[in-house]
Order: sequence, then C-alpha cells, then structure tokens
Amino acid sequence: MAEGIKDKVAIIGMGCTRFGERFDAGPQDLIVEAFTECLADAGIEKNAIQAAWWGIHMPDISMGRGATALGLALKLPFIPITRVENFCATGSEALRGAVYGVASGAYDICLALGMEKLKDCGYGGLPLAGGLGYKAPLTMFNMTAPGGFAMMATKYFSQYNLSPQDGKMMLAKVSAKSHVNGALNPKAHLRKEVTVEQIVNAPIIAWPLGLFDCCGVSDGSAAAIVCRADMAKKFRQDPVLVKSLQISVSSGEEMYYTKWDGSHVEPAYRAGVMAYKEAGIKNPREEVSMAEVHDCFSITEATAMEDLQFSPRGKVKDDIDAGRFNRDGAQPIQIDGGLKCFGHPIGASGLRMMYEMYKQLQGKADKRQLKDPKIGLTHNMGGFPSMNVVSVCIVGK
Amino acid sequence: MVGIKSYGAHIPRFRLDRNIMQMSLLFLGFAPLRGEKAVANWDEDSITMSVAAAADCLKGEDVSKVDGLYFASTSQTYALRQNAGVIAAALNLNTDTRTADFTDSTKSGTSALLAAADAIAAGTLNSCLVCAADMRVSKVASNGDYTYGDGAASFLLGKDDVIATIEGSYSTTHDFVDRRRLEGERLEHMWEERFIRDAGYMKFIPEVAAGLAKKYKLNLKDFSKVIYACAFGGAHAALGRGFGLTPEQIQDPMLTTVGDTGVAQSLLMLVAALEDAKAGDKIMVISFGQGCDAFYLTVTDKISKIKDKKAVKKNLANKAALGSYEKYLAFRKQMPSEIGIRGEETMFTSFSIVSRDNKELYGMVGYKCKKCGTPSYPPQRICPNPDCGAVDQNEEYRFADKKAVLFTYTSDFLAPSIDPPASYGFIDFDGGGRAGVDLTDCDANALKVGMPVEMVFRIKYADEKRAAINYGWKAMPILA
Repeated sequence: MAEGIKDKVAIIGMGCTRFGERFDAGPQDLIVEAFTECLADAGIEKNAIQAAWWGIHMPDISMGRGATALGLALKLPFIPITRVENFCATGSEALRGAVYGVASGAYDICLALGMEKLKDCGYGGLPLAGGLGYKAPLTMFNMTAPGGFAMMATKYFSQYNLSPQDGKMMLAKVSAKSHVNGALNPKAHLRKEVTVEQIVNAPIIAWPLGLFDCCGVSDGSAAAIVCRADMAKKFRQDPVLVKSLQISVSSGEEMYYTKWDGSHVEPAYRAGVMAYKEAGIKNPREEVSMAEVHDCFSITEATAMEDLQFSPRGKVKDDIDAGRFNRDGAQPIQIDGGLKCFGHPIGASGLRMMYEMYKQLQGKADKRQLKDPKIGLTHNMGGFPSMNVVSVCIVGK
Repeated sequence: MVGIKSYGAHIPRFRLDRNIMQMSLLFLGFAPLRGEKAVANWDEDSITMSVAAAADCLKGEDVSKVDGLYFASTSQTYALRQNAGVIAAALNLNTDTRTADFTDSTKSGTSALLAAADAIAAGTLNSCLVCAADMRVSKVASNGDYTYGDGAASFLLGKDDVIATIEGSYSTTHDFVDRRRLEGERLEHMWEERFIRDAGYMKFIPEVAAGLAKKYKLNLKDFSKVIYACAFGGAHAALGRGFGLTPEQIQDPMLTTVGDTGVAQSLLMLVAALEDAKAGDKIMVISFGQGCDAFYLTVTDKISKIKDKKAVKKNLANKAALGSYEKYLAFRKQMPSEIGIRGEETMFTSFSIVSRDNKELYGMVGYKCKKCGTPSYPPQRICPNPDCGAVDQNEEYRFADKKAVLFTYTSDFLAPSIDPPASYGFIDFDGGGRAGVDLTDCDANALKVGMPVEMVFRIKYADEKRAAINYGWKAMPILA
C-alpha cells in the first residue's frame, strides 16, 4: 500500500533570480545566480547534493537537451541528473523529482533547478520552438498561448452569462491585485501598479484578453534543495515540509469528447483533490492560508480558484469583488505578483511559486509578509485548457 | 445521353471596389473600369476554390460513384504534384478515380468539361467531376490587376438523370498570343488590349459560334441563353449586338460583380444560366483562350430537382468589402508585409505525414466508435468517451460535410497572420465530435458561442522553403 510523501521531505534552501527581460544574462548566468542563493540559504556544501532534477521547457532555444547543461554549468561532481519537461509545469516537475527522490529513500539531499531563457527569440509572447511535433501545424489552429486561454474566457463568460464588459472587469481585478503585490517585490519583472480602467482599456491580445490579462514573458531561474524531513533541523530551524505534490494530466476527454464545459481545467480540479487528500485538507477554502497559482492569464487564475475549491463553481466573481484574494484578504493569492508580475520563465515558474510560499512560511517575505500563514499551495499548469498538466503542491511548517 | 447532372460555384466573399484600386493606383494612370471584383481570401487558391465549388456541386449526390475528376486552371498551385489529386483527397473521392489537370489556356475549363463528356460518351467514365478555378495575379495597375476576379465553377457529368444534355461541340485553335507566362514566372504578360479585343474576342467568338451553328444546323435565335467569355465589357456587348441577340439571351459576364475569372468565366456563367433555366431551354457556351471551345446544351425536366445550391446567386449575395487595395496586395504576396518576427518562424512540413495522414488532413475523415457511436477527430484509436474506451472499434467517419456549432473562440492578434486577428475556436459537430479549428471568412466581432458553422477547405500555411502549401479544414459561419 502506497504511503504517499506527506511530511517525509523538507525544503531547506531556495534561490530565485530577479525575473525579467534579462538581456544582460545568459542561461548560465541565471542558473548560477539561482543556485548560489539556494546553496547559501541551505547552508550546505555543493558536494552534499546527491542527485539533481533539471527543469527546462524550451532547451532548443537556450542550452540544448539532456541533463548535461546543469552538470556543466554548476560543475556538479558526476552525480545523477535528470532533465524533466512538462510544459509550463516543468519547474514543479523538477521539484517533484527531487522530493520523490528523497521520499523514496534513495537519497538524503537533492536539488531541483529550473531555468528558462525566453527573451533570445526576438518576439513577444512565448517562442514557438516547435514543441508539439511536426504534425501539429498541419492539424492545429494557428494558435498562441493567450488565444488558447482566451477561449476559456469566452466560454466562461458565455456559460455564466457575463457580458464581455462584466467579464473583462472581473478579470481586470485579478490582474490589478497582482500588480499591487508585484510592485512590492524587488525580484519581480513588472513592478508597476495599474488601475482596473487601464487594464480594461488595454489593447486586445486575444479577445477577450488584453495586454494586462497576460503574464510577463521573462528570463529567470529558481532552485530548491530538499532533504529527509528527519534531518532538516540539522541545517536550519525553519524548514518547510512538503505535505503533498500531485500532478494530473489530461486524458483526451476534454479535446476529443464533448462533455468538458470549456470553462474550467479538469486536471486542476483532479490534482487539487489528490493533493488535499494526501495533505489531509478537508476544506481548502478555509484551510489553505495562501497560494501561488498559475496565472499565465487572468482567466487561468479565476478558474483555478474554482478548480482548487477556493470558490464555488461559477462564483469566483463574488470572491474577486469581495477582495478575498488580495494580500489583505481572507485567502491571499499571488502575494509575490504571480506569473502576471513576477514573470514566467517557464522552467523556473513552479519553483518560483514555491520560493514565495517558503519565504512566507519562514516569515521572510519582507513587505509582502502575511500574518502567520500555516499552509501554502502552489498550482502550476502547463499546456492549454483543453489539454494540460497541472501540479498542486502543498507545504506547511 | 451525356450531360450535366449537377452544378456548383464558389465566388470568394471579399470584393474589391475598382474605385478603391483606382485611388491607390492613380499615380500609375487612370483606368476607366467600373464595379468590383471578387478577391479570394489569403487562405484560398484555385485548389480550395475548386473544392468549395465541388462541394456545392456534390451536395446530395452520391460521391462514391464519382470516378473522374478533371481540374482546370491557369493559376494552379503546384507545377509538380497533381492539383486534381489534392482536390480529390479533399473531396474524399475513391482512389480508383481518374484525375487530370487541364491548364495553360483560359479555354481549358471547357476543354476539361468536353474531355469529361467524351470519356463518359465513350463509356470509360461514369461520373466525372469537372472543376475550373482561377486566382490570377498580375502586375500592379495592369489590365489584369483591375479586371481579373477569382472564382470557381464545378459540374458533375454523367449519363443518367442529367439536368442538361450536352448536344454537340465545336472547337478552334489559334496560336493567338494575348497573355503569356513562362514556366517559373509568377506574373503574366499581356499584349495590347485593342489587339486582344479586335483580333481576338471579336474575331474568334463569332468564328466558333458560326462553326458550331453550321455543324449542327443551329440558329442563335433558338437559344434562351448564349454564353461567351469576354474580358472587356464593351466588346462583350458588341458581340451580342453582332449576333443579333436580344438582351434576355445574353448571359451576364459578371465583369462588374466578379471580374474575369479566366478558365472559370464561361462556366460560372453557365452555372448562373442553369440557376434560371427551365426544361427545354437551349444554352450555348463559348470559352476563349488560344482559340475557343463551343458547345450547346438542352435543359431537361430534371432541372427542377436541383435545390439548396449556393451556385452564383447565393455566392454573389454573400459578400464583404475588402476595403483596401493594399490588403489585396498583401494577400497575394505582392507587397512584402511585416507580420512580426514570430511569423518568420517557418514550420517544417513532413510529406511522409502529409501522405500517411492524407485522409485525416485533407479528407477530414476521422473515426466513429462502433461500440458507443462517439465520433473523434483527429481519429482516436481508443474511444475518447471515458465510459467506453473501446480499442480499435472504429469505422471511418467524414467530418468535412457535417455542420457544427461554435463551442468557444478567440480572435488573436499575437498569432501571425496577414489578416489579423486570427480567429479560431473549438466546434461541436452535429452528430458528435469536437475539434479545434481555424475560423475563416468571418467577422471577428460577429462571432458568438453557439453560432452555426460549416467546414471549408483552405490553406493553413505556406512552407515556401519546402515548396509546400499546407491545406486543412476550417470553420466558416453559416450565413442565414
């Protein structure tokens, strides 16, 4: 009988670079920057790391495939390294590898490091990089990431009878809140507050999503060092314990069958259910103190609130209007600015979310510090609403 | 007796007002041309227009009986790779179909039709589809630039249940050099208009009409419609006067509504004539190229069974103003246009995939689960119904001819397109099945969840490095 991983693994060190259009920094610079902070935070020697998981989604535009990029950049001494990739959930997949490596009993101390260097492609939005295979352009629509998620907004508005104006206003409040938080974060890509009016009136990227409904496309890296929970206090007094780390992947039911409603992300709901069960959470709306969710677009955050059972189905607007997810609200979300403002270097994002949960639980989140949070959650999604992977990780003290 | 069993047409939705052309081109000289011309969307070409016209023609017909497909164009997409083969794949015709391309002369549309009639008369073919389409590109401000329109006509020929019998034909050939283009050239060259008019149309059309009349002892007075191709409005009218035809007998050449559609011109006129024809009517058709083809038909009482065609009338009524000559130039790649660095990322084309999955990609053939009835596209070997999950219990199921409703959509300004925003969405098919598809011939602001759509065969993207025009099925809002 599988026991799961609850409380078996602790995070003892984390690092995260400043995210942004880092035209100054190459992939190696970003990796070393995140790793150096992480190692110092953990207070261990590099040679104590027994295995590493390396997350990068688009290696073909920066460092190439395989695990060698990480070993070579960090001069890791011939240890096992695995490159993982799972769309935009790559960072969480790297963390999952390290956490499960320790939980399995195979290792005492593991490293997870994610990096993405996106801004060498020469254009806005995510690079194409041919990620879906030779056949995809022959069969798929001429889509982009904002378009893929815009279709969920269109359907959400239609399903819950929101006029385009009301729907856009709801989404604008999601983004405005993240801008308020991002402005307080020195490592964030976008550090300017914007008004709901500015957001609603911004140029359309993919109807109904406008410029401020979309997250930053950024360069950056983040890393975590994890160890056996029973040895964590040897390294620090405030380790963060992993309560669960679950991933759910689309089955094709959404794409090829006609039951999916198009206005939610089924794997997000499923990953949440699995993670709550493992962590022993009965009422997510009350028990989860804070979360960093995958707000690649404002609509993704809004539907994630419902998928994660923070808000009832179709009712997230009420919670948004009530300010529930603001930093001073009942359940703060995107306290570090989220993908929206911290930015979204794909391979690093899942680890960056955890970085904020980790700092908050340790009381080290500076101006963004919440009052005594107990349980933090990260929700990291890759793919499109119609086919995706979603990881949900729950951490606590 | 050999004749036409059905007809269909495609006239692109965009129309370009010649006054708008004139405003952009006045610096190059004044062109006293009126009306508008039909302009194919950026994702159309002679192949896709033929598929649209053929789909209109084949509506209600038994496609499995078609054993021939002849395609005519002077602006065919491929010089090597049979264009008719692409059309046959898009129409999901049987593989034991004889296909051929007819090209090089604007009379090749009628040549294809007469070749089909001959093959049927000889007993070689039973049911032959003919498609004629042109999307000609000419030098900016040239006569062709102003006068040419884009369009396609299609006919199904056979022996039984014909709506019009083909009674006889007569052809001429002259190495008359009006327009020419060498192999590998993109833009055509044209000799003096007055020469083409006076030494061409005004001479060869009366010559072939007289030849046909003499051969079959015909009198033009007995024809309800006389169709003759002509690129010039004045010359067309003069020819009618010369023939002594009444205005009712002269079929409108559509020069001010569609333009000169090359190989399709006389055949589009024939579609229009058949739309208004009644049993017993006699129709004469004359094309023009390097010489002429002439033939005449007698309409049968089966004409009354034809219904629900877009043909010429509905196609003419369905129009949207293109609004700008520069947009036309961009559509035809006559004007290098910035579509963003993202648009410079050319996607690789694998022709082993195009060949292996030809039925899926071009025929839009998916699967239908024999156990639970769930259709799937792209075809899924394992049934996507989570309560079924049957493995390899599928039969082929064509989606291209199914109507659908828009499940959700977006109009995307980030996706590279020569006509942004790129609209796309998921559609749910009548009878089951869901697919993500590009939307075309639509107004982004008029899209609505739940609106009805139909499938159209269009260009997805060009991969010029590998000489690939990649086609696929897109959804288009159904017009009321």
